[in-house]
Amino acid sequence: MRVVAETANGAVAEAMRQIEPHVVAAYPITPQTEVVEEFAGYVSDGRVRTRFVPVESEHSAMSICVGASAAGARVITATSSQGLAYMWEMLYIASGNRLPIVMALVNRALSAPINIHCDHSDSMGARDSGWIQIYCRDAQEVYDTFIQALPIAEHEDVRLPVMVCYDGFIVSHSLARIEMMTDERVRDFIGSYKAVYPLLDRDHPVIYGPLVLYDYYMEFKRQQAEAMNRALEVVFEIGKRFGKISGRSYGLVSSYRMEDADIALAALSSTARTAEVIADELRDQGIRAGVISPRLFRPFPAKALLQALGGIKVLGVLDRADSIGAGMAPLAADIGAALQSAGSNIRLYNRVYGLGGRDLTLSDLKSFFLSLERAGQGKEMPAHFGYLGVRED
Amino acid sequence: MVIKLREISKKKPLFTGGHRLCAGCGAAVIARQVMNMVDEPVVIGNGTGCLEVTTSIYPFSSWNVSWIHSAFPNTASTIAGVESAWRALRDFGEMKDNYRFIAFAGDGGTYDIGLQALSGAIERGHRFLYVCYNNQAYMNTGYQRSGATPASSWSSTTPVGTKQKGKPGRSKDLTAITAAHKIPYVAQASPGFWNDLMLKVERALQIDGPSFINVIQPCIPGWGILPRDSMRLAKLAVDTCYWPLYEIIDGRECTINYHPKQKLPLTEFLSLQKRFKHLLKDENRALLEELQAEVDTDWEMLMMRCVGSLR
Ligand SMILES: Cc1ncc(C[n+]2csc(CCOP(=O)(O)OP(=O)(O)O)c2C)c(N)n1
Ligand code: SF4
Ligand SMILES: [Mg+2]
Repeated sequence: MRVVAETANGAVAEAMRQIEPHVVAAYPITPQTEVVEEFAGYVSDGRVRTRFVPVESEHSAMSICVGASAAGARVITATSSQGLAYMWEMLYIASGNRLPIVMALVNRALSAPINIHCDHSDSMGARDSGWIQIYCRDAQEVYDTFIQALPIAEHEDVRLPVMVCYDGFIVSHSLARIEMMTDERVRDFIGSYKAVYPLLDRDHPVIYGPLVLYDYYMEFKRQQAEAMNRALEVVFEIGKRFGKISGRSYGLVSSYRMEDADIALAALSSTARTAEVIADELRDQGIRAGVISPRLFRPFPAKALLQALGGIKVLGVLDRADSIGAGMAPLAADIGAALQSAGSNIRLYNRVYGLGGRDLTLSDLKSFFLSLERAGQGKEMPAHFGYLGVRED
Repeated sequence: MVIKLREISKKKPLFTGGHRLCAGCGAAVIARQVMNMVDEPVVIGNGTGCLEVTTSIYPFSSWNVSWIHSAFPNTASTIAGVESAWRALRDFGEMKDNYRFIAFAGDGGTYDIGLQALSGAIERGHRFLYVCYNNQAYMNTGYQRSGATPASSWSSTTPVGTKQKGKPGRSKDLTAITAAHKIPYVAQASPGFWNDLMLKVERALQIDGPSFINVIQPCIPGWGILPRDSMRLAKLAVDTCYWPLYEIIDGRECTINYHPKQKLPLTEFLSLQKRFKHLLKDENRALLEELQAEVDTDWEMLMMRCVGSLR
C-alpha cells in the first residue's frame, strides 16, 4: 500500500497503468483531459504495453472501444459532457453487444450555454443506455471503484459496460489523500482476461451487430435487461471482495448516521459528503438527520435503498441534473418509484441544485434540511419539486 | 501478378449466396471479388447500408469469417478498433496469427457521414483495406442523394422538377481526398473489370497500413436499370472515362490501369439509367453537356497527374 496526494484524475490514470488494458481510445475534453494525457505519458515511456488510440472524435473513441472489445481486448476510455453526448449512438451499441468496456466519466454540464463545470446531466442523459453506472463520493472511491469496474463488467453473469462517474473539478481536480494498492494486488484482483466470443478467433468466426427484426429483437433486449439486474449481486460481491484486500468494503448504497434517523437527504457523488457535515450539525441540535448516497445508480438498487432508509418519515432528494419537464429529477424519480412499489409512506421532496458547477452552500443545504424537519412535524408543506441555490427574481 | 480463376473457384467462398441483395446488385459482385483474394485470417467491418442489412439478417449470415457491424458513421473506426486489439494482443504475446482487416461501406457511409472517421483512421495508419462500394446514393433508405451522387442525377431527395432538374452541383472527388492523406495505397476500381479489381485488393492486402479502394457499383432500383445490365454498366462507367481505373501510391505515384481503346460518349452510360432519363431530353441538353465536359476535364487532369507523377 502507498499513501499519495493525488487528484481523482491522476488516480484513474494510475489505476489504468496498474490495470494495463490492451486498448485505450480517448479524446480530450475538460475536465477529463488529464486522465488521457497522463496515461499517454505511461504509453510513451513504455510503462504499459497498451495500444493507445488518440482518435479524432469521441464517436470514434467509442467505436474503437466497441471494435476492440468485440475483437477480444480489455478496453478503457474516459470522457465528459459533450464527449459523452457525442458518443451517445455508440453507448447503446456497446451495451447491446454486451461489451465489458470501462469508462471514467468526469461529470460536467451539457451545452447550451457552454459550461465546463460539474453537474450530472451528461451521465443522466445516458442512464437508459444499458451501461452500469457507479457514482463516487471522493477520490479514494474513484480509485477503488475504477479497479472494481473491470471485474464487474467482465463477470460472466453481467458482461456489460461500466461508467465510473465522479464530479468534474470538485473531485477530478482536487488533491486528496488516496491509499493505492501495489500493482500486483491490483492485477491479482482483476485477474487475466479471457474474452467471450472474440472476433479474433480464426477457428470460430463470429458475427457482431447483425440485423435483428421483430422476430428476435425483444429476446436480445430482455437478456440485456436480465444481465443488468444480475449486476446488483455482482457489484455487491465485488465490493465486498475488494474490502478483503484493501480494508475498504463497498456496498450498493452508502449511508451516514441512518440507523435512527427521522429525516434524510439523498444525493449522488461528492454532495453526499457535504450533506454529512450538515447532518452532524443538525444532530448537535437534537435533530436525527442522516444521509444516503446510492453508489450504484444503474441498475437501481431499490432494495438496498429501502433498507438504508429504514424508518425515516421524510426524504429530501438532491439532483444535480434536471429531467426538464418531468416534474421530478432523475434520482428522485427512481427513489419515488422504489418507495411507491414498496408501499412506503416516506414523503419525498426533490431539489435540483448545482447545475453548471453552482456551489451548493452549507446554508442552502441546511435550510432545505430544516424545512424537511418541519414538514415531518406537519408544520410546513414544502414544494415537492424545485431548484435550490438559484436566483429567484 | 496473375489472377488464377481456376484456383479461386476451388476456394471455400468467404462471402456466400443466399443474401437478400437485389438480383443483379453490384455490391454482391464486389464483395465476392474482394473476398476471393483473402488468404489469411480476416475480420470484416461493415457499415450500415444495403450490404450490411441484406447479409446479416439474424439468425443467418452470408459471411464465413468474423464480421462486425456497429453503426453508419464509423465503419473505419470500428475496424480500426478491431485492428488495435489485434496489435495489442500481439504486443502482449497473446496472439500469433497474422490478421488482415477489411471494411465495406457505402458511399453515404464514406463520402458523407463516415468521412471524419475514415480520415482519422487512415491518418493514424491502422492496417486495413477500406472498400467503398459506391452506388452513388443512400440506397438502403430509398435512393436519397449523397456526396457521391453525380450532377443532375435524379435521387429521391433531388427529384427532377420544373425548377430543379436533379442534383445541383457535382460529386466530390473522394479518391483524391483519400490520396491527399498520402496513405500507402488508393485506387478506383469497377466490378466490370474483375481482374483489375482483384489485383488491387491483393496489392492492398499486402500493406501493413491503410488502403482505400473506391469501387463503382451499379444499383438496380436506385439507378433504374435492368439486373442483366448491371455489369454492362460497370464496364461502360470505365469505357466512357466516367469512372477511370487508377491507383495512387503514397499520395504521389499515380498510374492509370486501363485506357479505353475508344473513349465512349457519356450517353452510352447514361442512357441505360432512369436516374438520367431527363438528361436525354432536348430541353436539358446543357446539363448533359456540362456533365460530359466534367468527365472530359477530370479525365485529362487525371492523365496529367499520372504522366507527371513521381516514380
Ligand atoms: C446516424 C444514422 N443516420 C442515418 C441512418 C439511416 N441510414 C441507414 S443506411 C443509410 C444510407 C446508406 O447509404 P450508403 O452508405 O450509400 O449505403 P447503401 O445503402 O447505398 O448501400 C442511412 C441514411 C443511420 N442508420 N444512422
Ligand atoms: S437497392 Fe441497390 S445497392 Fe441496395 S441491394 Fe438493391 S441493387 Fe444493391
Ligand atoms: Mg450508397
